[in-house]
Amino acid sequence: MAEFFRYRELFYFLVWRDVKVRYKQTLLGAAWAILQPFCMMVVFTLFFGRNGQVDTGGIPYPVFSYAVLVPWTYFQYAFPLTGNSLISNSKLISKVYFPRAIVPASSALSGAVDFFIAAIILIALMLYYHVPISAGLLLWPLLLLPLILFTTALGMFFASLNVKYRDIKYTIPFLVQILMFVSAVIYPVSQLPHKYATILRLNPLVGILDAFRAAALPTQAIDWGLLGQASLITILCLVLASIHFYKTEREFADII
Amino acid sequence: MSESIRIEHLTKRYELGAMRHETMLREALLNLFRRGPRTAQESILALDDVNFNVDEGEVIGIIGRNGAGKSTLLKVLSKITYPTSGRIKVKGRVASLIEVGTGFHDELTGRENIYLNGSILGMRKREIDERIDQIIDFAGVDKFVDTPIKRYSSGMRLRLGFAVAAHMDPDVLFVDEVLAVGDAEFQKKCLNAMDELRSGGRTVLFVSHNMAAIENLCPRTVWIDAGRLRMDGGTDQVIAQYLATFSESQRTGYDLDKIANRTGNGAIRFTRVDFVDADGQPTAVFRSGEPFRARFYFRANDRIRDPHFGMIIFSDMGTRVTTVSTWHANYHIPEVAPGEGMIELSIDDLYLQPNRYFLSLFVDTTGTRFDILDHCIAIDVEDSNAYDNQGRGLHPRWGLVYMPSRWSVEPSARRAMES
Repeated sequence: MAEFFRYRELFYFLVWRDVKVRYKQTLLGAAWAILQPFCMMVVFTLFFGRNGQVDTGGIPYPVFSYAVLVPWTYFQYAFPLTGNSLISNSKLISKVYFPRAIVPASSALSGAVDFFIAAIILIALMLYYHVPISAGLLLWPLLLLPLILFTTALGMFFASLNVKYRDIKYTIPFLVQILMFVSAVIYPVSQLPHKYATILRLNPLVGILDAFRAAALPTQAIDWGLLGQASLITILCLVLASIHFYKTEREFADII
Repeated sequence: MSESIRIEHLTKRYELGAMRHETMLREALLNLFRRGPRTAQESILALDDVNFNVDEGEVIGIIGRNGAGKSTLLKVLSKITYPTSGRIKVKGRVASLIEVGTGFHDELTGRENIYLNGSILGMRKREIDERIDQIIDFAGVDKFVDTPIKRYSSGMRLRLGFAVAAHMDPDVLFVDEVLAVGDAEFQKKCLNAMDELRSGGRTVLFVSHNMAAIENLCPRTVWIDAGRLRMDGGTDQVIAQYLATFSESQRTGYDLDKIANRTGNGAIRFTRVDFVDADGQPTAVFRSGEPFRARFYFRANDRIRDPHFGMIIFSDMGTRVTTVSTWHANYHIPEVAPGEGMIELSIDDLYLQPNRYFLSLFVDTTGTRFDILDHCIAIDVEDSNAYDNQGRGLHPRWGLVYMPSRWSVEPSARRAMES
């Protein structure tokens, strides 16, 4: 940990590199950050937004879904990036020494820039649909913390497995897809299948994403119990992932 | 003088299975259910009980054949990989230059890459701020410093990479063969930069095949052979001993079966080489400009498709002079059947200046190496009467190769000279 601190500048530089390269390489630049959740929102609205299939508590479905699509898009982008980060930086791993955890941690953080850009569109959407903008939105940067930590934990675990087993990378997109359906992105937490709700709620994404939605929408209150539980599980995941990472990192350079 | 590096019983074992192919989770899971004894993992000792100490301010050369463990030693010392057993202690701030320009990103500009690469090498932003002008100047890229480096030539990238590294301020520096690339002028610049580090009292460990560079820079040299420390002492003696191992007396043929110092998966192995003259008679004499013929005998343990056979010629200072191979010559061998075989190489004119040369042999195919024998044979190329005794003759001091040349001068120029 002390060593991580000593190398904090490298951490900043890697985040800076990822962000810079992402915006340099793409023609649309920042537009990508908006386009992706926006298109998802349009598609979701077309399929689920009518006839009250989803209980949005009176909020127009586009706003209801976009409020969660912003943090979800972060996860959907950052988790694969983090999970593949060691492999894509294999040259660094095999040629230079530094605390290896910097690589996945910086990947997880660099995905967060898009989040803020996409969040601005949420405000525009709320204005368009005459949804009152609540002060709860100010909680968003705070809620990002458990989301980034959970992404880091999951990403670190997959990143270290990825070094050893190269077919892990195929499971990542698959897992992202499953998570989208079980994490109450399309529908509210109250519509989780009742039989399995207790188990499904153990997934920290459920609590975190729900808190994002509740903070943004005036009709819903944050379920602090659920968020607290999600945060605790996130910390537990992070501790376990770190232990696993430090146990395996010694052989990264030899097998990467 | 106080101690800078201490290496005690350093051993590093690599599991070959894990390195040779990428492991799949699928296989690992299947293995759990598989009965019977697991196939024993092959392993090699890249470093085997290495011990030596380095004092502060010493500059030490590390020599040895390819695959002897020199690079592994640097990697272990710079904490990139961990030792299997033994202890190392390195005092002070370490910078290690295993590769020039590690982490360069094509899309970023020269200036941005200086910051990125500098921080990867362990420099603080403040330090880079202070030295950025010197770095740009040293690399000679001031006009292009705000251009993405994907537009840089490979030479410019290299200069930029070394410039960053040369402006680190470490207590201990590890350098691995970075000087093997780049033009002569830049190599000189790099050597000067290393010389400055030395005079600045820094400890330097320098791995190279370039014996001249080692002689220039390092008073003391360590020779690593097959993972073991073979010799440690004054550079002149160590290099002399090292080179002597290459030079058994001239022979017409060499038994290659017993050479243990080889890499590759062994699906084909060289067993013997015989040198023959133009008439096919055994010979031990190689002369500048005359034909060179060699017969390589091999044994294939398997049916091998599309193998490439080849030979690399190195100078006595370790510079690669040239590579000849079936692949280069576009001589396609569709298949080699299991069993013994022979392939003959004919070079019409051996355009080498008289000197000692080392030969490496290889047989591989795209993506797989079967057998690689580094510096396994030394040959002495003798003078010949090139230019039919009319010329000044050939000599090692004129370089590594000679090119038969004709000259002509224009009549008008001749008149100008005569007048």
